[in-house]
Amino acid sequence: MSITTKALYVIISVLVATIYGLTLGGVVRKIYARVHGRYGPPVWQPFIDIIKTHGKSVAISHGIMYYLGPVFRLAGGLGTYLFIPVIFGSVVFSNFSVAGDLLLVMYFIFFGQLGMALGAGEGGHPYSPIGIARGLAQMTVFEVPFALSVIALAIQYNTLNITTIVAAQQGSILNWTVFTNPLAVIAAMISLLGMNMHSPFSIVLAPQEIPIGPPIEMNSSFLATLQTNRGLFGAAKLVLFMNLYFGGAAHANIFVALLIMVLKTFIIYMFSVFVGAAYPRFRPEQSMRFFLKWPTLIGIASIIFVAYF
Amino acid sequence: MDKKDIKNIEKEMKLANEGLSEKEKTLFSDARPTPVRPLNKYIEKFLNWARAESLWILGYGTGCGAIELRPLMTSRYDMFRYGIAPRPSPRQSSVFVIGGYASLKTIKRIVRSYEQMQGPKFVIALGSCTINGGMYYDSYYTINRIDYYIPVDIYVAGCMPRPESLIAGFNQLKKNIKAGKCDGMNKYAENFDWYKANQKKIIKDWNMPDYNW
Repeated sequence: MSITTKALYVIISVLVATIYGLTLGGVVRKIYARVHGRYGPPVWQPFIDIIKTHGKSVAISHGIMYYLGPVFRLAGGLGTYLFIPVIFGSVVFSNFSVAGDLLLVMYFIFFGQLGMALGAGEGGHPYSPIGIARGLAQMTVFEVPFALSVIALAIQYNTLNITTIVAAQQGSILNWTVFTNPLAVIAAMISLLGMNMHSPFSIVLAPQEIPIGPPIEMNSSFLATLQTNRGLFGAAKLVLFMNLYFGGAAHANIFVALLIMVLKTFIIYMFSVFVGAAYPRFRPEQSMRFFLKWPTLIGIASIIFVAYF
Repeated sequence: MDKKDIKNIEKEMKLANEGLSEKEKTLFSDARPTPVRPLNKYIEKFLNWARAESLWILGYGTGCGAIELRPLMTSRYDMFRYGIAPRPSPRQSSVFVIGGYASLKTIKRIVRSYEQMQGPKFVIALGSCTINGGMYYDSYYTINRIDYYIPVDIYVAGCMPRPESLIAGFNQLKKNIKAGKCDGMNKYAENFDWYKANQKKIIKDWNMPDYNW
């Protein structure tokens, strides 16, 4: 494949993921509103917000690292997304899937947050270091069950390539990891709650206590970059979970496959939305303790289950 | 014009920041705000549409009128359907709602928050006391006219105006933004000295930079 074709495919793939991620955010806001008995914002509100924040005529910067913070965050989102094959068997949506891409993806999930920490730190607002400290701590602990679950998968499928893992789950619904290795899926789904930062793990962005945490000083285009990344990164995480645990999206017709992808990721996302709507927020230390207790034990159990049974 | 004159003009253009100590002066910017020219006509029109459809309120209760802001979030009034949402940081919000009367103490914070907002920024003044002092017109500690200190785009009269009138105010603000009439940020930059003189006349303990970037 020529480099121009590949570039074209990547642009299509990234655009689809970003638009899907942002629309998903709008849909969820609408659902929340309907549950509250409100009419709610239009589904396309996230897009208008991004256009508006980009259209601000003034942008205050606090230094070079402050500039780079949102860029690193977006690079983290792009990196995560670009190493995940979105549709199994599709050339357009295969992205840069390589052998061992699962490790790269796990690294990129962490990378954006680290870059953001450096950038937001230079903003100088006292609330951003508090948010960053909480964010990084929470991220470290939810990585534990997720990493354990991925190790269980690596043992089970004998590979670190996402495409191979998806291929192994084809054929029947019973081949999905959720049925072949339920313990790993439980551990990973709990860590997804932390990744999506919905309640009870919404302490990082806590709008009431530390006004939205790390990005508090980010304005204008800096904020717009972060908002764009939220759409892309959100979609990337959901696609990763769909690939690893729920059989991926595979169909001969690309549009049907995209529909399957939308349906599956929507249901996966609804899991954290439902939990978020039902439970109050954890304090930072409660959230750390939570992740290091049951999800970690379940993750270890999943490895033992795969290795010895 | 020789180099000396240019240097003198540059020095005059810079803010004195007299309220700060020598050590603090190095920490703050001394640049004046400058008016921003609009972009291409059609781009500006499109951006004005986006600005009107996505109004982020600075969640800051300055007076008793702030109590009328909260019901807007509830299912009875639901401001979100108009694209209005609260935002915790002045850096990110675009609408500053002055919630009623402003005392000498709050006007300092109002000025500070207003200047920290990134343009284009809009101000809604809520209640009669922001227009002429209302029931506090003869108070020794209350500001009578808010637009002596920051430019105001929309007044919502009443004591107190109900949430419905506030929503009507927001909708009028949207119309004005779309028509390109809300240019408070540039008005503030162009008449900066006048606004500063008014502010400094009443704020006695001026211990902040002359312009809060």
